[in-house]
Amino acid sequence: MNKLTVSPSPHVHSGDSVKKNMYGVLIALLPALFTSLYYFGIGALIVTITSIVSCVLFEYLIQKYLLKKDPSVTDGSAILTGLLLAFNLPSNAPIAIIIIGALVAMGIGKMAFGGLGNNPFNPALVGRVFLLISFPVQMTSWPTPIASRLAYTDAVTGATPLGVIKEGLAKGDIMSDLLTKIPSFSDMFYGNMGGSAGEIAAIALLIGFIYLLMKRIITWHIPVSVIGTIFIFTGILHLANPNIYISPVFHILTGGVMLGAIFMATDYVTSPMSRKGMIVFGVGIGVITVAIRVFGAYPEGLSFAILIMNGFVPLIDKYIKPKRFGELIKPAKA
Amino acid sequence: MLKTFSLGGIHPDENKLSADAPIEVLPVPETVAIPISQHIGAPAEPIVKKGDRVKVGQLIAKPSGFVSSYIHSSVSGTVDKIDELIDVSGYKRKAIIIKTEDDEWEETIDRSPDLITEIPATPEEIIKMIQEAGIVGLGGATFPAHIKLSPPPGKNCDILIINGVECEPYLTSDHRVMLEKGNEIMVGVQILMKALKVNNAIIGIENNKPDAIKHMITLASKYSGIVIEPLKVQYPQGGEKQLIDACIKRQVPSGKLPIEVGAVVQNVGTALAVYEAVQKKKPLIERVVTVTGKSVKKPCNLMVRLGTPVSALIEAAGGIPEDTEKIIGGGPMMGKALSTPDIPITKGSSGILLMPKKIATRKPVQNCIRCSKCVSVCPMGLSPYLLMTLAEKAIWDRAEDEAIMDCIECGSCSYTCPSSRPLLDYIRLGKSKVGQIMRSRTK
Ligand code: SF4
Ligand code: SF4
Repeated sequence: MNKLTVSPSPHVHSGDSVKKNMYGVLIALLPALFTSLYYFGIGALIVTITSIVSCVLFEYLIQKYLLKKDPSVTDGSAILTGLLLAFNLPSNAPIAIIIIGALVAMGIGKMAFGGLGNNPFNPALVGRVFLLISFPVQMTSWPTPIASRLAYTDAVTGATPLGVIKEGLAKGDIMSDLLTKIPSFSDMFYGNMGGSAGEIAAIALLIGFIYLLMKRIITWHIPVSVIGTIFIFTGILHLANPNIYISPVFHILTGGVMLGAIFMATDYVTSPMSRKGMIVFGVGIGVITVAIRVFGAYPEGLSFAILIMNGFVPLIDKYIKPKRFGELIKPAKA
Repeated sequence: MLKTFSLGGIHPDENKLSADAPIEVLPVPETVAIPISQHIGAPAEPIVKKGDRVKVGQLIAKPSGFVSSYIHSSVSGTVDKIDELIDVSGYKRKAIIIKTEDDEWEETIDRSPDLITEIPATPEEIIKMIQEAGIVGLGGATFPAHIKLSPPPGKNCDILIINGVECEPYLTSDHRVMLEKGNEIMVGVQILMKALKVNNAIIGIENNKPDAIKHMITLASKYSGIVIEPLKVQYPQGGEKQLIDACIKRQVPSGKLPIEVGAVVQNVGTALAVYEAVQKKKPLIERVVTVTGKSVKKPCNLMVRLGTPVSALIEAAGGIPEDTEKIIGGGPMMGKALSTPDIPITKGSSGILLMPKKIATRKPVQNCIRCSKCVSVCPMGLSPYLLMTLAEKAIWDRAEDEAIMDCIECGSCSYTCPSSRPLLDYIRLGKSKVGQIMRSRTK
């Protein structure tokens, strides 16, 4: 027998690890990856590979040569950021732009703050929003699904359904006419519409959501409160005036709501720690998203909303604490 | 739906390897080392000296304060010396070392196996007998049992809750005691009810012991006021506050004792000891200990005289496995790692767990990824990630505000953390600091 180890309890561990969680999310994103490849073909493939490779590479280089630490690329978080960034880009995004986005995501979004766990903003969204502001044209030309399967930067493009509605209303078109110009709700549900590579198929993202819940990687609180808030808020507007405000079903199926609510807003590092805090965070994201979509300049708004609420997380965590034992039930009189 | 407690909790692999092994009596060892501090509170005062002859059950140390306990010899023989030796705590503490000769018991002790159900003693007499038998909480907390039975003035107890959940993985001593000494436990519970002047008792048993639940339900029907409550398997259900919450949906407020909500909790093993003390005049000199582990040849449950060295128990279980990295006194979640197998079994020893290297080794610590899993498993509703940071940075006033003292040290947070952060290590440190600060304030 060797010398005995003496260390404090607990003496067992669940076996959970950062890796398991990151790869779990990656697995949950597979259905969405398949639908993006199905609808956007080669373009989606090039965008995804470029984004993942550059994110992983940048993380490795920054950790090894700038921070002089042991690179932790195997934990899967850089792959995840890369995939999420790709999912937020149009499938005809030029390689150079993707690489810039990856550099911003990893360098500014993540490593500048001290790496995984310390970054206040979702790195993939930092990259995306940076690109959206810097390259508005390239970032808002959306290849048409299926037709552009064999194309990359030469793909035929069109507007997203949200863009069609937003522009149409601005021009003074009538809602009932506009509705004929966008795909049906069921097409949207299966992802047959213009949009960024990973955001289109609600069904694929929902399958991923169920997987995440089953594996207990995330809880329902953030996704449900984001989607619920957008649905209720736009629902009220729709009921008040259906000629200006489109149906809430449309709002939750488009503009990356599913992708954002399930996979971006739930990012561990940049979301609140308590269940109550998560709901406040989710409702905040929902309200800001609708405000931007309905009253603001951008047709979608979720990315901005998530980043804004990321900024409030320290405050939410400071004031909204988990329920303590003894607070739930008033002591019964003996 | 089975009941359980309302906040947090985990479900580690149960590994109840010794659940089907009947209790075996371990032969009396050649020498015993009986520490004078086997309970929470002040150490007892030895009343024997080197060369004294003692019998089994003879008083050898007296309490030295209100929160303290009587200690009896577990063997007959001669006091060899009173010496300092390393005990479960890892510190050197005083122990009475006795060389065994024969097995001669105090005449007052009734050693017949007959069940005595009649309880002639008055509540006051019962409490005195329990105190003088040196009974402490046998679940591992080792709080002197008689103190809980005498609620402070103004506080009222209306229900007795008996802990039969044995939520620690691997341990099976309570399980076996319920199966083999069920009647004695029932009478013990009746005695405790009489002492507390309550008409109701609930025995909480986790659903992973269906045989014990069935057996106890059958027995309980013969006694009035005892209900068996099958509970969902969830760690740390054996924590007093969690068990009360699970059984009767009352929550003990922060910093308060169960009596605040009218409940008193005792362990099934303690109920058995109470039966023996009150009905058989037998002080606490032996207990059932589980000896177990993944590589152990013969996981077993042993009836052991207090003061027996751990090594003797391991021998009886087939010897120490090659790959042993840690020997744990207690279960894997809350037990203490022992520095040597020479440590004596004491009143609080519920199990000896031999852990192979591959399970016992901690993984490298990584950054907190803010996954909030530690928060969601904490049965006290705390924020372990934050408490660890506050303890690391020595911000004690905020740690106090964040209720660090509510932590029951169940280890669920460290168990769960995907970044393998040593949350509880730091929280313990924080608790001892904040505790010091709070005490100096009241002085
Ligand atoms: S050890 Fe303390 S902080 Fe950690 S889960 Fe248990 S009660 Fe909560
Ligand atoms: S479980 Fe670990 S990684 Fe997750 S929030 Fe708690 S300390 Fe951080």
